[in-house]
Amino acid sequence: MKLKVGIYWGAACGGCDVAILDTHEKLLDIAAKMDIYLWPIALDFKYDDVKKMEDGYLDAAIYSGAIRNSENEEIAILLRKKSKVMIALGACAHLGGIPGLANFYTRDEMLKRIYIDSESTINEEGVIPLESWNVKEGELDLPRFYNTVKTLDQVVDVEYYIPGCPPVPLQIYSALSLIWDDMLPPVGSVIGAGDKALCESCPRVKEEKTISEFKRIQQVLPDPEKCFLEQGLVCLGAATRSGCGARCIKSGVPCRGCYGPLDDVPDLGIKMLSAIASVLEPKEEKEIDDVLDTIVDPLRTFHRFSMPASILRRKKE
Amino acid sequence: MPERVGVYICHCGSNIAGKIDIEKLAGFAEKLDNVALVRDYKFMCSDPGQNLIQSDLEAGLIDRVVVASCSPLMHENTFRKVCERSGVNPYLFTMTNIREQCSWVHIDEASSTEKAMDLLAASVRRAVYLEPLEKREVAINPRTLVIGGGIAGIQAALDLAEAGKEVVLVEREPSIGGHMAKFDKTFPTLDCAACILTPRMVQIGQHANIHLMSYAEVEEINGYVGNFNIKVRQKARYVDADLCNGCGMCWEKCPGTRVPRKGNVHEKLSLGPTSSIYMPFMQAIPAIPVIDRESCLYFQKGKCRICEQVCERNAINYDMEDSFEEFEVGNIIIATGFQPFDPSVIKRYGYGTLPNVLTSVEFEIMNCASGSTGGKILKADGTEPKSIGIVHCVGSRDKHYHEYCSRVCCMYALKFAHLIKEKTDAEVYNFYIDLRCFGKGYEEFYDRLLGEDVRFIRGKVGEISRWVAEEDEKDQLIVRVEDTLVGAVRRIPLDMVVLCTALEKQDGLDRVAKMCSVSVGKDGFIIEKHPKLGPVSTATDGVFIVGVAQSPKDIPDTVAQASAASSAVLSMITREKIEIEAATAEIIEEKCSGCRICNNLCPYLAINFDEEKKVSIINEALCKGCGTCVAACPSNAITAKHFNDKQIFAEIEGLLSAR
Repeated sequence: MKLKVGIYWGAACGGCDVAILDTHEKLLDIAAKMDIYLWPIALDFKYDDVKKMEDGYLDAAIYSGAIRNSENEEIAILLRKKSKVMIALGACAHLGGIPGLANFYTRDEMLKRIYIDSESTINEEGVIPLESWNVKEGELDLPRFYNTVKTLDQVVDVEYYIPGCPPVPLQIYSALSLIWDDMLPPVGSVIGAGDKALCESCPRVKEEKTISEFKRIQQVLPDPEKCFLEQGLVCLGAATRSGCGARCIKSGVPCRGCYGPLDDVPDLGIKMLSAIASVLEPKEEKEIDDVLDTIVDPLRTFHRFSMPASILRRKKE
Repeated sequence: MPERVGVYICHCGSNIAGKIDIEKLAGFAEKLDNVALVRDYKFMCSDPGQNLIQSDLEAGLIDRVVVASCSPLMHENTFRKVCERSGVNPYLFTMTNIREQCSWVHIDEASSTEKAMDLLAASVRRAVYLEPLEKREVAINPRTLVIGGGIAGIQAALDLAEAGKEVVLVEREPSIGGHMAKFDKTFPTLDCAACILTPRMVQIGQHANIHLMSYAEVEEINGYVGNFNIKVRQKARYVDADLCNGCGMCWEKCPGTRVPRKGNVHEKLSLGPTSSIYMPFMQAIPAIPVIDRESCLYFQKGKCRICEQVCERNAINYDMEDSFEEFEVGNIIIATGFQPFDPSVIKRYGYGTLPNVLTSVEFEIMNCASGSTGGKILKADGTEPKSIGIVHCVGSRDKHYHEYCSRVCCMYALKFAHLIKEKTDAEVYNFYIDLRCFGKGYEEFYDRLLGEDVRFIRGKVGEISRWVAEEDEKDQLIVRVEDTLVGAVRRIPLDMVVLCTALEKQDGLDRVAKMCSVSVGKDGFIIEKHPKLGPVSTATDGVFIVGVAQSPKDIPDTVAQASAASSAVLSMITREKIEIEAATAEIIEEKCSGCRICNNLCPYLAINFDEEKKVSIINEALCKGCGTCVAACPSNAITAKHFNDKQIFAEIEGLLSAR
């Protein structure tokens, strides 16, 4: 019997959905194994179709994107209710992802910036979107824009996580095959990824590390053989789960941490910061500060994909 | 069955009970999850206190122990032993410090009690996650490495060798003897230094249990207590030690000049031969000369080879190269001594620019009967001085150079004064800040000097110059000094000035310290394990320090420390085995990605990288469980046993949710 699956996107760019499509001919295998009951980016189903289902009707719900507004949350709760297994697909559902960087601001700051202050906006009356508005045909409403971006598992129970921004298409396929082959690991596991940090699959030569200055990738021509970190380029590979196949590194760009932390690491960013701080060359406080000052925007660098899932969660309100 | 925690609250007489409401704390503890029983007692560390815990453990009422009392440093071991006696793994015990962290530091009883509650709740949570750990033992190699062949190293090596234990004594210079071999007399007894030192040096050279490596340096130290691997570089002497019989023909005929043969008395100061092939002094052990490449005509100009021609034993070998020797030892004694402070950096004292300004070491050599002046005190022009000033605390007790007191200068300054009075008719001035005559017979020696017509001026010398005012001062040095007892600045013309230079950490001590994984303090000397109770031990098991490597001290203290260290080493060797820390860090290979972030962090050099498996590995025998690598590991592949994440997070949760 074919599996019944719902696919949904919350606060996401759509890259995860595209990654599913990027399985190319394997998509035919997926279609052969699964019947899709919801997939807003590709197929025309209505929320009401899902609402009419019995609870637990779907075998799996695949949710990409973070929880940023009331619609994201409502559908997450709905799919949870209707599905036996909930899968967070991609960095946003898993850790908060790029939308999670919004947690460095409040809701009001963002609305003001986007609708009033931004350089390309002329909005003399200071109009910002409202949640409801009465027109002669009746009341129109928009989802509520939340103050804090959350991960999927901060809103509903999640059984499995497929990490990545976006996840590697083949890894999505192999993760899905775990469902139809009935070989799912213990609940809470990250699937479709490795168990060690990215350094394991990184082709660069790694030696003992001592860092005396940090640089950004656009400022230097990095040695193509040598570990980025040893060249003073912030690379989060040492704290990031493998599974991506070192895509960025092989393209000459240091790891930004989209595959998230390893098992039992509560906070990738803080862990990496602690690791980097351990290998600084200077030993005096003042000199240590000087070296750390060469890291541009450390909080957002180390928590680029994981702010909502971090111990910090968000900027203090 | 869930873990059952027993909580034991100590009153510590009134130390804890005087500031903490014990009844309230006990009542609070009873309500905590997993707590099976709570007891309090006047002194938990006493026999009846320990028996309380033991009987509860033996009766099977509890399987985890939390003792709320003093610091782990004080009694962790006591209570671990209680667990062991009761047949329970000692690592299932944890301690809450409610004395040093609560009752001793808080004035208010209520807040002190509340803090004790928080800390106790944290410990109880932690106790639930404690895991049994296994203590491990390693065998101890009975051989000992002694670094440095001055009086400290000589004494330590002899003590051990006499006890029948093998010693490797490594000395950087061509001969052992150190600074003491340069002295003529020693204070306060005025013993002849050579008379008491040379018999010991000879003993070292002949002892069957001592392998002496002179003109050699330790290159590498790896391993851990009981099992250190040592690599020593034997520098090329260019003289074959097995063939040479020390006849002296080579240095007599050598045309090279290590120490200038022309020049004034002070420029020519030397203990041994001034030739390029030389012995540092005539009683050198081993009595084998060395060629000084810098002044040797053959090495510099390619011609000469006179020493080769005159050597009847064919012992000269210009092609000799540095060689390496590797061996294992169980313990290491660092006895590297000191180097004298270079006073030329104090420009106003004119050392190096003004004639007749000498350092104390130069003055010692001048006084030495076997030195170039035959023990005569002479000015640079070879005449006897009519007046000599002795300046104390040059480089010591001085914020610009060394804040510490060098501890020996006062006494050797008094010895100098005495020697001058004995050998010449010169007037002697001692310029001092304070006279510190603290040792046995020291004050008496000072008293004796007061009766020898020596002048004492209390004040730090401002400058030494040639600003002469009168014709009869024209060859003299002018010392300006504030006489703080008179309250006036004085101007004193003198024929010669001796600077009592500070004792500084030996050149290269940092390197030795790093190799042995011990720390140096801000004064540059090695930090001992405990300033009072562990003066010759260090934070690294199996590494001991004696003499000035630890801090400036005189010969009696150095010898006492050397014997103390050798006795500590003997006690280690006699045990044959040593228990090593069970709470170490561990790398889970399946999680290690080989990022190598931890590789150069370990202060005990316990981490290595396995090139084949591409993972880092910890040598558990070396690991002290400090946790540096655990904090750094970005993928949680390293776990600190006894302080793992679960235990620490439980502790934090306990702390935050206590009230």
